[in-house]
Amino acid sequence: MSTLIEVKNLKKYFRSPRGTVHAVDNVSFNIEEGKTLGLVGESGCGKSTLGRTIIHLLDPTDGQIFYRGEDVTHPDKAKLSELRHEMQIIFQDPYSSLNPRKTLKETIEEPLILSGKFTAPGALEAESTRIMDLVGIEKRLRMSYPHELDGGRRQRVGIARALALNPKLVVCDEPVSALDVSIQAQILNLLMDLQDEYKLTYLFVTHNLSVVRHISHNIVVMYLGQIVEMCPTDELFEHQYHPYSKALLSAVPTVDIHNQKERIIMKGEITSPIDPKPECRFAQRCPYACERCLHEIPLREIRPGHFVACDRCEEINGLE
Amino acid sequence: MMSDKKKMSAGAEELHESLQPGSFKYIWRHLSHDSGAVVGMLCIAAILIICVLSPYIFKYDYSKISMIDKNALPSKEHWFGCDELGRDIMVRVFYGARYTLSIGVLSTAISASVGVALGSIAGYFGGRFDSILMRALDILQAFPQLVLATLVSAVLGPGLDKCIIALAISGIPGFARMMRANILNVRGQEYIEAAKSIDCSTARIITKHVIPNAISPIIVSVCMGIASSGLNASALSFLGLGVQPPEPEWGAMLSSARNLIRQYPHMAIFPGLFIMITVISLNLIGDSLRDALDPKLKD
Repeated sequence: MSTLIEVKNLKKYFRSPRGTVHAVDNVSFNIEEGKTLGLVGESGCGKSTLGRTIIHLLDPTDGQIFYRGEDVTHPDKAKLSELRHEMQIIFQDPYSSLNPRKTLKETIEEPLILSGKFTAPGALEAESTRIMDLVGIEKRLRMSYPHELDGGRRQRVGIARALALNPKLVVCDEPVSALDVSIQAQILNLLMDLQDEYKLTYLFVTHNLSVVRHISHNIVVMYLGQIVEMCPTDELFEHQYHPYSKALLSAVPTVDIHNQKERIIMKGEITSPIDPKPECRFAQRCPYACERCLHEIPLREIRPGHFVACDRCEEINGLE
Repeated sequence: MMSDKKKMSAGAEELHESLQPGSFKYIWRHLSHDSGAVVGMLCIAAILIICVLSPYIFKYDYSKISMIDKNALPSKEHWFGCDELGRDIMVRVFYGARYTLSIGVLSTAISASVGVALGSIAGYFGGRFDSILMRALDILQAFPQLVLATLVSAVLGPGLDKCIIALAISGIPGFARMMRANILNVRGQEYIEAAKSIDCSTARIITKHVIPNAISPIIVSVCMGIASSGLNASALSFLGLGVQPPEPEWGAMLSSARNLIRQYPHMAIFPGLFIMITVISLNLIGDSLRDALDPKLKD
């Protein structure tokens, strides 16, 4: 398996009247081809910003992005156009991600028309029909408008548009969080089937831990723009080493009423992402915080493949 | 049996396809099914037809003075009566439609196209151009539209063309501001980001995604704008700045009837009535057009 995308020290800052917002700060990871990386964290921690920066919907402030080993941090126009065919995004809200004035056919055919590959008579029609079939939209709906469909079907259209150009990397920006639970499962299964069939690589952004457990191979836990823990999915659900991951996972509801976990309730305020001090950003809420946490904490490999950004993690977890 | 069914569904699909919202056929079907719009269109059409044919169907000339008929009340001979110089009011009203309507249509067309272009650029790109433009429009908008139009036409002088320019300039800020607000709203939507992600050029995003979603309030306000700039044209003529006598512009007719309104109200009633009919008709059409252009209100 080769690495499809690699991100090195990626930063995305936004200027605001009150200072610089560090939305994504010094994030590094890579995704193997055909795998899914789950990106979890609470609202506003920079998950979506990270996803959008990687596919160049936003320009990175600093750091590097490698696609198949090639530096694509600041692509020129031609390269960007090429990358757009390789990287796509599925949006969270299927109600605002579809142009209300375009029929499904128009929405799905637009990327095909723009790619300029389907000029032969009937080719466009055939391709759009194939894609609609792929994501399970009935042919009779092709002249419908987005508002005539339910949320699940709309999200299928969003997926169809993303897959129309046959991308390799798809950023899924909370693709199921706006949907009913029953529809969530359908869409997740669709995404997984498509991954098997086309060897797609997903960056799956979500705040829903059950979803991420279902779909991803590796997980990155983010807190205020930084990675706090990164490891294979099963590993994270077995042992979490970072105090934030512990609190996050303890919040997952369980159905077993006889075996309720103790929930870790976090106290304190979230640190402001505007011009943060060089210290552990979780320190304000961390039950284990001490003076040692008041400097920059790098991500360390605690166990093979398991990275944690916590200076006291051995003490806390009783490791050597 | 089967093939029959297939044929039928294919037929239905074709029908559906040709009746896509946004196509003229669809808009026309919607307008022709809305009784308000039909009444409006019929009124405007009737006024236009009579106005064009007025030299052939009326036996009087709009500027022919006849002292015998001075201040004549409506009669079999003069249906709408005569004015203080004995000119037939009916002829003058229909002849005057060409001034009022053309001023309305032309000035609104100019201000809408300039306003939409400026507003779109300001709204989509933002930044310095946006701030400079908006402050400039603030200055223009500090004057009420009619005062601004009066100011401009006072500078340019009286006359039909100058009246159109004055009204067009005074209408630009409203359209630009409205378009900018709509664009700001649409620009934040995810489908614009989606369009970017499928490699849409900026020009294509603006023309295919942003403007179609931001334009429908503009179309409605164009219809209403024709009505209101017709009214403003009348107001300018009323003040003596628009179309000059003896040309029978509706506002000018109202203005000259003002002195005699107690003794001979018919002189003011008829031009006023036609201003009202035109404004209401345009508003009805505008309303229905908005519904026709919004796919969410489909049937």
